[in-house]
Amino acid sequence: MAFIEGLIQYDFLQKALLTSIIVGIVCGVIGCFIILRGMALMGDAISHAVLPGVAISYALGINFFFGAVFTGVVTAIGIGFVSHNSRIKQDTSIGIMFTAAFALGVILITVLESSTDLYHILFGNVLAVRPSDVWITLIIGLIVLISVYVFYKELLVTSFDPTMAEVYGLPVRLIHYFLMTLLTMVTVASLQTVGIVLVVAMLITPAATAYLLTDRLSVMIFLSAAIGASASVIGLYFSFTYNLASGATIVLAATALFFVAFLFSQKQGILWKKLNDKKNRHTLQKENI
Amino acid sequence: MVSALVLNDVHVSYHGKSAISGINLKVESGTVLGIIGPNGAGKSTLLKALLKLVSIDKGSIEIFGKTLEENRKRIAYVPQRSEFDWDFPIHVLDTVLMGTYPKIGIFKRPKKKERDLAYECLEKVGMEHFYNRQIGELSGGQQQRVFLARALAQNADLFFLDEPFVGIDIASEETIVDLLKDLRNLGKTVVVVHHDLSKATEYFDELLLLNKHVIHAGKPSEVMHPEIMLKAYERELSFLREAGVN
Repeated sequence: MAFIEGLIQYDFLQKALLTSIIVGIVCGVIGCFIILRGMALMGDAISHAVLPGVAISYALGINFFFGAVFTGVVTAIGIGFVSHNSRIKQDTSIGIMFTAAFALGVILITVLESSTDLYHILFGNVLAVRPSDVWITLIIGLIVLISVYVFYKELLVTSFDPTMAEVYGLPVRLIHYFLMTLLTMVTVASLQTVGIVLVVAMLITPAATAYLLTDRLSVMIFLSAAIGASASVIGLYFSFTYNLASGATIVLAATALFFVAFLFSQKQGILWKKLNDKKNRHTLQKENI
Repeated sequence: MVSALVLNDVHVSYHGKSAISGINLKVESGTVLGIIGPNGAGKSTLLKALLKLVSIDKGSIEIFGKTLEENRKRIAYVPQRSEFDWDFPIHVLDTVLMGTYPKIGIFKRPKKKERDLAYECLEKVGMEHFYNRQIGELSGGQQQRVFLARALAQNADLFFLDEPFVGIDIASEETIVDLLKDLRNLGKTVVVVHHDLSKATEYFDELLLLNKHVIHAGKPSEVMHPEIMLKAYERELSFLREAGVN
């Protein structure tokens, strides 16, 4: 296997593998809350909104993490502000704000003529991960996992029953923005692996796959993380072996896993449902005779 | 003894339109109060105002002689069933366990003690055999019982239920009413938004008949008087007359 040999031989491939596994795990974990809160579009929005931050960071010569988190969070607050203070619905507000941020980012990158390669930010280039990127990804990963572990109870109750949470005195709005901050950090960590355009797939697809497989949130989170990590490994293998864009192969690997669950999941898979329907019909017909 | 609830001239409006106005009400501890009135009378709005889920324009609300903030842990709220995502990946026992969250506090996790309490509360509503079912797999009545169990797990002194009897079976309804009366006998206060008038007399110790403002509050036998009911339901009746029903 050329991939295994490559892993032993090449330092860059080891870094790429490590980064994409962390990204797969962290996206999988946060993704569970994103899909259960019906915020898939929000995930897409935040990922696009980090672009101007990345451009400014490069121009200022600071790590892109800081700029990206800043513009991501500002956009999340902007989205909330517009939808809370007008009749504009949340999804419309998301559409307005994230496209604006993204457009601003495109202009900034052009004007500042930064060394950033727009193509790599948009689509990711995991094989070019630098040691400092691995560290950032690792630190973000730890922050996110610890936060979810520590605030699991609060994230669960605000996702399932925000009214009860508010009545017993949880700062529901603050928790929302806290989750948005985690989401932004995850997006930034994913930039190099899958790129801005496809981050949303890493957030949603593994979580949705896990959602089809279990009825418990805690199990769903672990499954989703495992599915995300597997997609990363499989995707990276294809990317390396056939010289394809890593973001695209990782996302397609996740999609393939999703369809396996969609077809074969014991509880929700359409194949089982069809089979059970048929069996029921069969027994009912037999009873009639 | 201090009253469970005291409302003084409470006004709430949405976007400049008055929803409820001039609400005065006093509820003593150990009462099951039913809030009744036609659709759009502001029953749910009143409940939301009590819980500060909407802000009040004017007036004051006292809970056990203090503000809501000082009493949050003594209050349990059961929302309408239609407010939930029944596909949420959560089991019955974990749902009830949520009732223990307010008293556990932040950073901590439910332990065996809390799990035992949740299980006991499930037994009280007769749902212990369903403890590991996903909540969407239950019938409407069973779901309502589970959410009452969650409220019981909160060990509250004041319970708010929003339309708990909508779309549920008779057996569940009876179980819930009996439990509410048990709570009352323990000195707890229960406030129920309700819209089925037929059972109102049996279910509640006190009734509040609402139609934007308080039409009448008092014993069910007083409130369920045709002349008083007519005042609240006038509009509905005039509809019927126009439609030729007599």
